Amino acid sequence: MLNLFLKRITQSVMTVLGVVTAAFFLVRLAGDPAVLNLSAEATAEDIERVRTALGLNRPLLVQYLDFMWRALHGDFGVSLRQNIPAMDLVVERIPATLELALTSFAVGIGLAFVLGVAMRMTPSRTLRQVIMWIALGRQAIPIFSFGLLMILIFSVWLRWLPSLGRGTWAHLVLPALTLGTYELALYLRLINASLASEQRQDYVRTAYAKGQGHIKVLLKHMLPNALLPLVTVAGINLGLLLGGTVVTETVFSWPGVGRLIVESVSQRDFPVIISGVFLISLMFVVINLIVDILYGFLDPRVRAA
Amino acid sequence: MMADAASRDEDVILAVRNLSIALPGKDGPALLVDDVSFDVRAHEVFGIVGESGSGKSLTMLAVLGLLPPPLRMVSGSVKLRGRELSGLSFEEMRSIRGKSMAIVFQDPMTTLNPVLRVGAQIGEAVQLHNPGMSKQDVRNRVIELLTLVGIPNPQQRYRQYPNEFSGGMRQRVVIAMAMANEPDLLIADEPTTALDVTIQAQVMRVLAEVRRRTGAAMVLITHDLGLVAETAERMAVMYGGRMMEQAPAHALFNDPAHPYTAGLIASLPRVDREVRELFSIPGFVPDSAHRPGGCVFHPRCGLANDRAICRERRPEVAATSPGRSVACHFNDETAPWRAAQERAMERPVEARAPSVADDSEPILRVVDLRKEFQIGFSLFGFGRKLPALRDVSFDLIKGRTLSVVGESGCGKSTLARVLLRLLEATGGDVFINGEPFMQMSGPLLRARRRNLQVVFQDPYSSLDPRMTIHEVVAEPLRIHGRYDAKRVDDLLAHVGMPPQTGRRRPSELSGGQRQRVAIARSLALNPDILILDEAVSALDVSIQAQIINLLKSLQAEFGLTYIFISHNLSVVRHISDDVIVMYLGHIVEHGPVRRVFETPAHPYTQALLSSIPHPQSGEESRRKRIILTGDLPNPLAPPTGCAFRTRCFRAAAECERHEPALTARTGADHLSACHFAGQTATARAPGDEG
Ligand code: SF4
Ligand code: SF4
Repeated sequence: MLNLFLKRITQSVMTVLGVVTAAFFLVRLAGDPAVLNLSAEATAEDIERVRTALGLNRPLLVQYLDFMWRALHGDFGVSLRQNIPAMDLVVERIPATLELALTSFAVGIGLAFVLGVAMRMTPSRTLRQVIMWIALGRQAIPIFSFGLLMILIFSVWLRWLPSLGRGTWAHLVLPALTLGTYELALYLRLINASLASEQRQDYVRTAYAKGQGHIKVLLKHMLPNALLPLVTVAGINLGLLLGGTVVTETVFSWPGVGRLIVESVSQRDFPVIISGVFLISLMFVVINLIVDILYGFLDPRVRAA
Repeated sequence: MMADAASRDEDVILAVRNLSIALPGKDGPALLVDDVSFDVRAHEVFGIVGESGSGKSLTMLAVLGLLPPPLRMVSGSVKLRGRELSGLSFEEMRSIRGKSMAIVFQDPMTTLNPVLRVGAQIGEAVQLHNPGMSKQDVRNRVIELLTLVGIPNPQQRYRQYPNEFSGGMRQRVVIAMAMANEPDLLIADEPTTALDVTIQAQVMRVLAEVRRRTGAAMVLITHDLGLVAETAERMAVMYGGRMMEQAPAHALFNDPAHPYTAGLIASLPRVDREVRELFSIPGFVPDSAHRPGGCVFHPRCGLANDRAICRERRPEVAATSPGRSVACHFNDETAPWRAAQERAMERPVEARAPSVADDSEPILRVVDLRKEFQIGFSLFGFGRKLPALRDVSFDLIKGRTLSVVGESGCGKSTLARVLLRLLEATGGDVFINGEPFMQMSGPLLRARRRNLQVVFQDPYSSLDPRMTIHEVVAEPLRIHGRYDAKRVDDLLAHVGMPPQTGRRRPSELSGGQRQRVAIARSLALNPDILILDEAVSALDVSIQAQIINLLKSLQAEFGLTYIFISHNLSVVRHISDDVIVMYLGHIVEHGPVRRVFETPAHPYTQALLSSIPHPQSGEESRRKRIILTGDLPNPLAPPTGCAFRTRCFRAAAECERHEPALTARTGADHLSACHFAGQTATARAPGDEG
């Protein structure tokens, strides 16, 4: 168990290092920050001055090592636009992103759960198919388009919900629905498949033999077992979900890390981009670790090992 | 007790009449159970015996109203205490299931819900039929039930999950669950098939005890004739979905009226006698979609003699004497036919002369073989070690059969894997024909490895489903560059399969046929030694006898040496020359099969042998049974001194201090590891029946 844990931690650290490294070099491919950050009329001397000030005149590898060394000490540089440490800007935005990601996660699992049970219990074939078609249809539309569609329907036409910003619960509804339902079809398939296989398990027969009824057998016996694979896959997909926050936050002007990264890209604020990428990847690996532990908690067989 | 209970109506708990179960299919429904009738009377044990696919379990699932869709009960009536159940709705059946009737299923590893606490699962059964009961009362009742089935520390066990229980303990939990509302009828569907023989004895005793307390009648469904013989008062034999015969248990075993019953009994290897060859029912069990018309048994029946009536007309179940009925047109011919078979089989067996003189170099010599598994990981880099084989030594002479027996976890399968070098030994040596096998590597290992082949238990998973049978058998030949189509046909012929079978695929064959193919493949490279790892354990009784006979004739023909790993002691008795008994990685007894079976020296062997149910002497063998207490100790923390002492009925202070060595204590070739070896089992186990 401990062995496994240490291995996971090492993997996590490697992942974060890799992502940050990739981000560093990719950002450099986009062009010279000094040039990109100065106005068009800047002279060659201006550019050279800025390059020296930012340390950009050194070889790329040296810059990289220097950046990593500072990063290890918690120094991710200063925002090129606002004279504030880049990491502080990002950290400010974390609560918003986490709020969106976790709500979307809960919405996804919750909907899969409710719809999965409904599909299992309804005798109507049509209803089952309708649910599945809706889920598949949702998956066919990219987050960006779906977000705009939601705004159009619920904010512009119906005027039920706000389309932009963060603040009240009402602000959360559309972004969370947009992001949370993206994987719904997959989750529904999964919960259906695992319920179908649990149905054939001997313990289900045992429960019926006690005199238990259909609903209780489903809720009390089958679901706890069927949720295990769902939670695992949903947990693994949390990464995708975090990636999805970038687009969702942009569509709904949600003030999270994702939107900050997108803004910083258009403003060429490289320290902020890298800090944002670093934090998102860190959250990604931490969440995966938590999912592993949660899995162990749900399954007594893993707990004992 | 039963003789005078001549089916007065009020005595009948369960009356099943003309029950048929169908599986809807493309070309009309297939009848899986066809016109089955029987009564179960108050307080009795009614046994239903049959091979796989006979419909015995389906019949009882239908009684409970739990047939898995799309199976349906298409006709017949089921009456519980006079109340008709067949028309009842699901909701109406709910109030009966778990209250008036309860069931214990086969595999305790899967019958409990892995994510719910054991106490909650039993509590559910209590609560469902006593909705007004307070939480505290339910809890008390559950603890009372756990105590009833002999689970130690019920207060603590109550809160644990099924994976914290051993197989035997889980089956006790399942029994506790079934007994929660003191049902009138308990259905036990292969309740001990998944368990070791010593645990089987414990579980059967628990079942007897709970029935004694509550007076429940029991239907025991099993393929194990011995078990049903010593447990049931009356019994029925099913084959191909039909009821073949019904009779009081002792009458059925001593004087079977149906040729199928007679054949089944004759094909059982017996511990109490030696025969040269087992009787075997030819052919294989038909699957439900292709059952023969007329009498379902006619293609395999030794009595049919190709008579038209057997092929054309279905024999109805007819009473032959009070309490007995049989479905055979010629049942009056069964007794003489059976007597003729018995005479043919009971030719005395001359003591087998070893094919090579005893002082010759053994073909296989195992010296101090050890295997440890590394378990887990500790911060200091040293994990705990699980010793699976501890100083195992033995010699094996060419042409002989050595059996290795013991409960699961004793190390017998590890031994096979280490000998095959599928696992690397931790220490010790193995010599094959005098050559050190464990040090070999590269081409030499490849060349010598072919001397040692293996046949595993499950022919399904050991044959690649995508290959044809011909390819399966040819594979080892191809690997060694010796492919020859004629040789493949030859091998198939040797295991009794026509060459045309080569074009088929494993999925088209029955279990017995697949095991024949596996044997043919293992023989392809002319091995000297064949390891048979539970090779006949998964087969139906009638098929098992065929394969055992085949193995014996192949051995005689090719001079093969067998290592036969099995938990089935009757089969071991029949097939082996020598026996090794293992416990927790140790050899505790080793000797010629007759010596070990007739005068077992080690208490563990004595207990193992006494736990074999005998069809012929049911009651009596049950009374002489030594029931071991407890489970196998944790192999990570084996007891000090003698490893067996925690379960030994003869343990003394001595046993805790000194580990007994494996030495010849009761004759030159009879080794045992017990300080008190050879004392007969007069000391009864505490809590023994009788
Ligand atoms: S009816 Fe014929 S085929 Fe069937 S068991 Fe009797 S003798 Fe054999
Ligand atoms: S040495 Fe002692 S504990 Fe071990 S088997 Fe013999 S009598 Fe039993």
